[in-house]
Amino acid sequence: MNWLSDDAVSRLQAASALPDLAGTRYRIIQRIGSGGMGAVYLAEDAVLERRVALKILDLPDASGELATRLLREAHILARLEHPGIVPVHDAGRLSDGRVFYTMKSVEGQRLDLLIVSVGALSDRLRVFQRICDAVAFAHARGILHRDLKPDNIMIGPFGEVLVMDWGIAKILHQPVDLARGSGEEGRAAVTCTVVKTEHGTILGTPGYMAPEQARGEVESLDERADIYSLGAILQFLLIGSAPTARPVAAIARKAMAEDPASRYASASQLGEDIARFLDGLPVTAYPENIFLKIARWGSRYQLAIVLVLTYLVLRAILLVWFRR
Amino acid sequence: MNKIVYGLVLGGILGIFDGLTAWFTPAVRSQLLGIVVGSTFKGIIAGVLIGFFARKVNSLPLGVLFGLGIGLLLAFGVAAMPSATGEHYYLQIMLPGGLVGLIVGYATQKYGSGGLAPSPRT
Repeated sequence: MNWLSDDAVSRLQAASALPDLAGTRYRIIQRIGSGGMGAVYLAEDAVLERRVALKILDLPDASGELATRLLREAHILARLEHPGIVPVHDAGRLSDGRVFYTMKSVEGQRLDLLIVSVGALSDRLRVFQRICDAVAFAHARGILHRDLKPDNIMIGPFGEVLVMDWGIAKILHQPVDLARGSGEEGRAAVTCTVVKTEHGTILGTPGYMAPEQARGEVESLDERADIYSLGAILQFLLIGSAPTARPVAAIARKAMAEDPASRYASASQLGEDIARFLDGLPVTAYPENIFLKIARWGSRYQLAIVLVLTYLVLRAILLVWFRR
Repeated sequence: MNKIVYGLVLGGILGIFDGLTAWFTPAVRSQLLGIVVGSTFKGIIAGVLIGFFARKVNSLPLGVLFGLGIGLLLAFGVAAMPSATGEHYYLQIMLPGGLVGLIVGYATQKYGSGGLAPSPRT
């Protein structure tokens, strides 16, 4: 009798751990990560011949609540068609009853890992502006992310910024009925019902979640909870930056105010203040005295000032030369 | 700020300083106001022309050369007019004029919006 080698056994174990995608158009290539309730695989879409990221429920779910949450995430993503939000392609149910959805396979780096190589503050702030754009879009569609943090931001190879992991997003209001069934074309029916998070439930990441979110005040959460998280991301992006970035630090502080009423009212307003800083204009979060105004003005027109001074020095040299 | 406005503002500022330096030449000090106004106007015209060139031609050497040429040409027009004593100050007027054009030419090529995008490499 021949015994299987250790290598063969480990390969068999790995293969048996993969979900059975028989009856779907997808073929698993490899596991690429895992989230709170599901594992994410890189898969091949046999029909369209492209790679997708496939998220599948991999926790015991007797009540079916996790499946509902995963599908709800897919429905939310489907509602958020924006260049800064990863697009969902498909959702369905496997032969074993587990639900899955597929989305764009993003090749890139997480913001927290990439930021080490992005030295210039202006480049970091431009990335941040795009995060604000995506979040502002989601808010306009009545969706709160509730878990914004650098780990959930991907930067693609062409500089595209994508906000990921909408697994614990909250629906503030519903322009479309998410409770209706969908996706019954040739597959098991996939329905999504609204899942309500109980009061006192704490969802989010410490350090990035708003104080009211950390206290579990689920019902009172609004856009300003995400604004707080954006402020925390901005503070993260400021690590190692020059002291001249004080206005940006003030923007982050305002976004992270303890009292939601003292924060920016919207992600767009936050992004606009960053744009003003990048354009050398005063920001609303940082009142300036006359000296700071002069310093900012000097910084904004640095080149023109240098050129005028250069001219004056050369002119002085010419004057001395003509007088000899 | 677009390149034409950038050139206009910078040319005007340098023109003011250019005119003010006439104060150091006692022979023309009495005509300082007229010199400052004329010099500012000259700087503005040079700035607009150089800014317009920068919008059309995306090349630092050509921009600097064009700026120098425009600065010298306009300054020559001024220097060709004799002073009250009948003297011509070609070098004293054309050299700073050329300098203004050169600086504005450099600045409008390097900065200011509205220039042509660099052609894609194939």
